[in-house]
Amino acid sequence: MTEKRVLVVEDEPNIAEAIRFILSRAGWAVTVEPSGARAMVQIAEWRPSAVILDLMLPGRSGLDILAELRADAGLATTPVLMLSARGQGRDREAAAAAGATAFLAKPFANADLLSALEEIAVPLPAQGA
Amino acid sequence: MARSALTGTRIRERRLALKLRQAELARAVGISAAYLNLIEHNRRRVSDTLLETFASALGVASVALSEGAESALFEALREAAAGSAMPVAGASSDPLDPGELERIEEFVGRFPAWARVLAARQERVAALERVVETYSERMAQDPFLLDGLHEVLSAVTSLRSSAAILVETPDIEPEWHARFLETIAQESLRLSGAAEGLVEYLDEMEAEETGPASPQEQLEAWLTTRNWHIAEFERPDPPDPEEIIAATPELAASAAKELARAHLVQALADTRALPLKPFLAALGETGPAPGQLAARFGAPMARVFRRLATLPEGVPGVPPIGLVVCDGSGALTLRRPLPGFTLPRATAACALWPLYEALSRPMQPLRMPVDMAGRLPQRFMTYAFAAPRVTGTAESQGFDGAAFDGAGFEGPVLMEAMMLILPAPLGATETARPVGTSCRVCPRAACPGRREPSLVALR
Repeated sequence: MTEKRVLVVEDEPNIAEAIRFILSRAGWAVTVEPSGARAMVQIAEWRPSAVILDLMLPGRSGLDILAELRADAGLATTPVLMLSARGQGRDREAAAAAGATAFLAKPFANADLLSALEEIAVPLPAQGA
Repeated sequence: MARSALTGTRIRERRLALKLRQAELARAVGISAAYLNLIEHNRRRVSDTLLETFASALGVASVALSEGAESALFEALREAAAGSAMPVAGASSDPLDPGELERIEEFVGRFPAWARVLAARQERVAALERVVETYSERMAQDPFLLDGLHEVLSAVTSLRSSAAILVETPDIEPEWHARFLETIAQESLRLSGAAEGLVEYLDEMEAEETGPASPQEQLEAWLTTRNWHIAEFERPDPPDPEEIIAATPELAASAAKELARAHLVQALADTRALPLKPFLAALGETGPAPGQLAARFGAPMARVFRRLATLPEGVPGVPPIGLVVCDGSGALTLRRPLPGFTLPRATAACALWPLYEALSRPMQPLRMPVDMAGRLPQRFMTYAFAAPRVTGTAESQGFDGAAFDGAGFEGPVLMEAMMLILPAPLGATETARPVGTSCRVCPRAACPGRREPSLVALR
């Protein structure tokens, strides 16, 4: 079976830990990256099948990271699930404009997080191996 | 220079002010009276040379005839026209036909009063737009507010996820179980800290608020500065309410003037009907019991209510007394708050207030203890009473009873309900009715009177 890898870029340790637990239980290999500045390096090295990206990160905005990812020929197709504590309006639009594959508002139901991730990660079965 | 189409009107006004006849002015400027008549009705344009002649004959600068005091009015109307071209959320608005703009002067000339109304509304809209902008900028950029909300949402996010993990994972390993319990403990503390910080911040924000107030708020603010007592009226030779208004710049110049006048006229009538000395003496015997006081003085209940709520401060044995008055629509028309019994500012109040029960049971006195919802619920004693409001001038002439036999036959019956709010007597054991301020800020989740969800945490 293909390994499903997800990189969680989230600076809140308790949220990251809960996400790690939920997704690990569902069979995902999870890596947590608390720093926005290191997110791109992690993605490039580890090649996750999807990225969960917090919009408000200290040091570097999730939107910047997303823009760089979409501009990178080798990584541009990586599905990204954007998380934001400002669920409605501008953040959602900004995330869509920057190329987020999906968007989820905080706080979220654990099941919703999992299904949102499974949904965007499915179209890339050839990843990894 | 574009000559105003209203030059003629101004020439006419100036001529009438000088009490000149058309023929006299016509002779002075060397034209026929018939031609002057056409000019004065803006049917003929005035040349620059003729304008100068008019100006010297009328003793004014020519510019005063060509550009009158209306220029500010024109400006406001142009702004209103520009505003109508702006898209409005949720409503399509067609921009004003440019041809219509050319007709501003005609509009002002034909409907001066309507033009002033429109200009005044435009000014009000512009002022409100500035307030909204200030608020939305404050909300969007206020770093403390954003940080505070982010903090709350982050804490709630981990609380929700961690709690759900504990609930939904029956076979969770003991170390994970402990880990998430620890998370919940930490995040709860963080959440309450963040929430307290926000509440404190919003409280301060409210305290420093100086935005435009409604006329009713202006009147209430002024009454608050006087502790709701008009001491001048207690003198043997009370001043005319107009004198008090004239001596109070914040009322004289504001839209609250009319409300203030009505309030003061009534207060003066109340004072005359229930002079302070005998009223306080009776109060000393009966305590603040409006029914007994009304019976003793043969005064209408409403008058006793108002008098009780506007006594001088610090009368021994008399607690602070709050008062709310509403009309038949339930809108609060006067609000004197009492500490702990918060009164809503703009929204509708709690449907469970005895005030509204009184409205549906006119003329029946209601005495009811209530528990006001809040962090620490507080008990109050309320007295409520509703009666048809005296219309016309009957009340100002002191004929309070006329409401029930004279006034009112001609017009609609307007109801008025009042509620006095007193601190509950110590040791009271009666069952109190749970009430709130208004649904949005009321923590009572399971309330039969709830009309909309609450914003505050359920307790």
